[in-house]
Order: sequence, then C-alpha cells, then structure tokens
Amino acid sequence: MIGVGVLKGMAVTLRQFVGTYPAGRVLLKALHLPEGNGIFTISYPETKQQHAERFRYFPFLVYDATPDNLRCVACRICEQECPPQCIHITMAKDEQNRPLKANGRTFPAQFDIDVSICMSCRICVDVCPFEAIEMDNRHEIATHARGPELLFDKTELLRSAEYFQQIKPTEAAVVNQRLVAKAAKSQPPKPAAASTPPAA
Amino acid sequence: MLDQLFVHATRGLLTLPGRMLPPALNAWVGLLLPIAAIAALAPAVMMYLTWLERKIIARMQNRLGPNRVGLFGLTQPLADGVKMLIKEDIVPAGADRLLHVIAPVTALLPAILLFAVLPVGRNMAAVDLNVGALYILAVSSISSLAVFMGGWASRNKFSVLGAMRAVAQIISYEVPSVLSVVAVIMVTGSLSLVAVVNAQAEGWFIATPWGAVAALTFFLSGIAEVNRTPFDMPEAESELVAGFHTEYSGMKFALWYMAEFLEAFAVCAFTTTLFLGGWQGPAWPVWPWCLAAALVLASARTLAGPLRLLGLLGCAWAAVALRSEVVPSWAWFLLKTYALVFVLVWLRGTFPRLRADQLMGFAWKFLLPLALVNIIAAGCWSVWPGLRGSLIALGLLVGSAWALIRVNAPASEQRRTYVLVE
Repeated sequence: MIGVGVLKGMAVTLRQFVGTYPAGRVLLKALHLPEGNGIFTISYPETKQQHAERFRYFPFLVYDATPDNLRCVACRICEQECPPQCIHITMAKDEQNRPLKANGRTFPAQFDIDVSICMSCRICVDVCPFEAIEMDNRHEIATHARGPELLFDKTELLRSAEYFQQIKPTEAAVVNQRLVAKAAKSQPPKPAAASTPPAA
Repeated sequence: MLDQLFVHATRGLLTLPGRMLPPALNAWVGLLLPIAAIAALAPAVMMYLTWLERKIIARMQNRLGPNRVGLFGLTQPLADGVKMLIKEDIVPAGADRLLHVIAPVTALLPAILLFAVLPVGRNMAAVDLNVGALYILAVSSISSLAVFMGGWASRNKFSVLGAMRAVAQIISYEVPSVLSVVAVIMVTGSLSLVAVVNAQAEGWFIATPWGAVAALTFFLSGIAEVNRTPFDMPEAESELVAGFHTEYSGMKFALWYMAEFLEAFAVCAFTTTLFLGGWQGPAWPVWPWCLAAALVLASARTLAGPLRLLGLLGCAWAAVALRSEVVPSWAWFLLKTYALVFVLVWLRGTFPRLRADQLMGFAWKFLLPLALVNIIAAGCWSVWPGLRGSLIALGLLVGSAWALIRVNAPASEQRRTYVLVE
C-alpha cells in the first residue's frame, strides 16, 4: 500500500518526540507503545559524563611519595619519540655540566608539554622505560589565549602515583606489576646499583 | 468580548484621536494600524518560528534544543538576531551589487504582504479584498523572482544552481497549488478569503472528499514552494553549500531566512483559512466527545491516578470551553496554524530530501492530474448535495489516485539478487 511507509516514518519521529517528555513517556506506556530513546544529551557544565577509564587527554609526570621523587630520569626518549614534538626536557646539571642526582637518579630541571600541540597519542607512555609518564584524563583546560597558558611546566604536570592509581586503576595495576618485577630483577645480583633500563 | 478584543481596541484607537485629528487623517490612521501590526508581528512570529522549529526538531532527534539563553532558550532568537546584525555584510567580488542587495528585500516583501488579506479572526482581516485568493497566489509567486535574483547576482555557481532549481520547483508546484484553490473558489463562489472562511461555518472543507485532497495538494505544494524539507533541493547543503543564499551573510542572510519562515507560516495560515475553517471553531459539536473522553479517562483503571485526574479535568474543561464557545476566534486560527507548523517541522524531522526527478515527477505526474480531477470532484459534490455527491467525488478521487499510482509505478520493481560464486 503506497503511503503507509510515509505514515510509519512519521509515527516513529512523533513517538521519539513524545518520548522526550516525562508525561509523554507515561502516555506511551499507557498506550503500550515503545517509549523511544528519551533525551540523549546531558547538560554539560551542570552534569558531567562519566568517561571511560581508558579515556586520555595529555600526559603527566608521576612521582612516588614526595614531589621531588620523580620517576623521570630526563632520558629524553619521549621527547624524541613525540610525533608533534610537544615535549621539551632539559636534564638538571651542575656548573661542570655533570648530571645532578636526586634519590640516586638524574632528574629533569625543565619538563614542558605544550598541551595545545599534544595529540593524545600515548606514544610517550609506551616508550618510557621508567613508567615515569602516564596519560591524564583532565580535559577542562580551556583558556582565553594560546601560548603560555597551555604550555604546562613541571610543576603543573606533576601527579602522584596515587592519583594515577585513582584515575586508572587497571592500568596502574599493570604498571605496578611491571615495576615490582623490575625491582625484583635488579635487586639480587648487585644491590644498590643504578637501575638499568630494560628492553622497551 | 475576548473574541472581538483586537477589533474593539482598533476601533477605540481610531475614535480616540479621531476627535482631535481631522477626518481625512483618521482614514490614514485606520489604514496604518493594521500595517503597523503586521509589520511588527511578522518579525516576532518569524523569530519564534525558528525557536519552535529548533525545539521540535531537537526533541525528535532526542536532543533538548536551545536551552541556554533564557528559560527554555526563549531569548535565543534575540541572541541570533543580534549576532546576525553585527556580522560582516559581504558582497562577493564580481557580484551585481544592486541585485544582491535588493533580492532579499524582494523576497521578504511578498512574504509580509501575504498577511494583509489573512482573516485572523472574526472581523479581523487587515483588508477584505474581493480577490483575496488571487492576491495570495499572485504575491506568493513573486518570491521565485527574488530567489533567482539573489542566486544570479551572487556570481557563484552554487547560488545559480540553487536558484535554477528553486525556480523550476516553484513554478512546477504553483500549478497544483493554484488548481487546488480553484476547487475552493468553485464551491464558495467567491475569491474573498473572508467569504471562504464564512462558507465553512457548517463544515470545514477538509471534511469533504475534494477538500481533503485539495488541502493535501495545497499544503504539499506549499511546502515545496517555500523550499522546505523534504523539498529543499534549492538549499541542499550536501550538494549546493546553501543554494541561492550561499553568498549572503549578516542581515541579508537573516532577511532570506525571515522570508522563508514567513512564507512557511503563510502556507500554514492559508491552508487553515482555505480548508480548516479559518478562525471558526469546530463546525460539529465536539464537546460531547470531550465529555465522553473525560468519562472514559476517569474510569480507566490501567492508568496512573494523577494522569486520570489530569485527563479528566482537561477533557471536562475542554468540553465546557467548547460548549460555551469562550475560545476567541483568533485563538482557534492560531491553534490550527501552529498545529500545521508542527506538521511542517514534523515532516522535516522525518523525511530525507527528494531527488530532482522525484520532485518534478511528484508535481507533474501525481499532484497536477489529481488536482484536475479534484476540480471535477468538487463540481460533482456541489451539483449533487448530500451523500450522493460525496460518494461520487470520493469514488472519482480514489479511482484516479489509484490509477495515478499504478501509472507512475516504477517500470521494474523486482529486486536484484546477488548470488555469491563459490
């Protein structure tokens, strides 16, 4: 029958229309009709979407216990691997140009990430031999201008290992496992030796 | 009282300064008042049509629509207006500057002029032209000129393509549109819209077989004439950027939009006037049905308590309102018109765009012959009053519609089947 398809289509849209109102849903239920999908959108600043655990935006630097106990040794692998080249690292050195050490490791004097350039690819996390860099899920970082506001330096990028544990429990568990395994491997033969980077 | 509120207000406004003004000037004031009312209301109506359309479409797509600017986004149209006003007005290099400027104005003018003959309520038409129907058909067809003007003056291939499509479409759909009005004119014996509305006191024309077909024809060709989805070929975003108004920005673009929305509103308003009884309330006693609905709702056990109470109160209230005829005539008119506006948006929310050949085929191969048969059917209906005429008209229309569908059916309908070779 010609024209029935047209009416059927219109019935679908009307049902979706009615189904977005609470009273309409009651009406549809009373008429034994499917209720439609209802309102899909969320009113953003008031209600926020619960994003997936694996959601990522830009990297942060992990520290253990205290903020000066960085895992990063300023090896600059991530800087070299970063496809859009948004990471900039300088190692802390003394006047003789010898690397300074804290907690038995070298550390970055400067660690900048230009968040406006970062493309959230997570390559820096994959290449880091020390699990020193992880992906953050912070995303509400809009500013009024490009430039310095979005160039995050070391202090802005620092996050504790607990924070990592908190935002990404599954990933953190895997990382912790790796760290424990690494510590067990490096401990027995030569105690108190500098940790050697394992094969990535 | 409420019914004649605006009529009395106008008369009061006329007599009040009339004592101070010379009589010659009084006539001018009488002429200017409705003009001022239409000129002031047209933009307001258009602004809230955009809001309404966005809201309804959003709900159909499970969204909320504008909801940030003011309560329920009610001041969104004002924000849009301000945005349009402060935008840069660009005239493309090599464009015909004069035509480019006057095209949107030429489009808007007829859209506003249309409302001059519209009977909005009892005794509420700005002018009761004795050729009102002819006037609306003539004035509304000016817009195709404006569309082509704008498209041509833009010096842009997308604009010209859109404009050419628009002209082809508007001219094609004008024919069934006019022919469906012919049936109404035949039956009422008058071209005046006020007379058309008065003739529907005993029954709306849409309740007759010829009226239903004419209403559908008129409404569908009206939608096509104002380039709305699913007939929005001239503005097909996916093909033509924005069609004839590709090169328009700022307030000129807003004028195009205003013309379009006002014309869409006019289509709804004139469909109401010609076929849905205009400002007349229901021509049949509806209140017993409302009362019956109230009783049914009150006794429905499957429904929730508050819903039953609300339904009962609503239906009972509707029955009382209908029985005592307190609903003013202009409220009936607006109710019906906005119901049609909803249908317009509903169609937009449902259907994808037609192909060019489908569009033309629908006008020339289906609507036009049906409108012609409809004139004969309307003749039969008025020659043989009563059931006999109705049955003859119905038979004619159903038969011809069936024949048209059969004739227009695609030549080969069998589906292709693909067999995978092992």
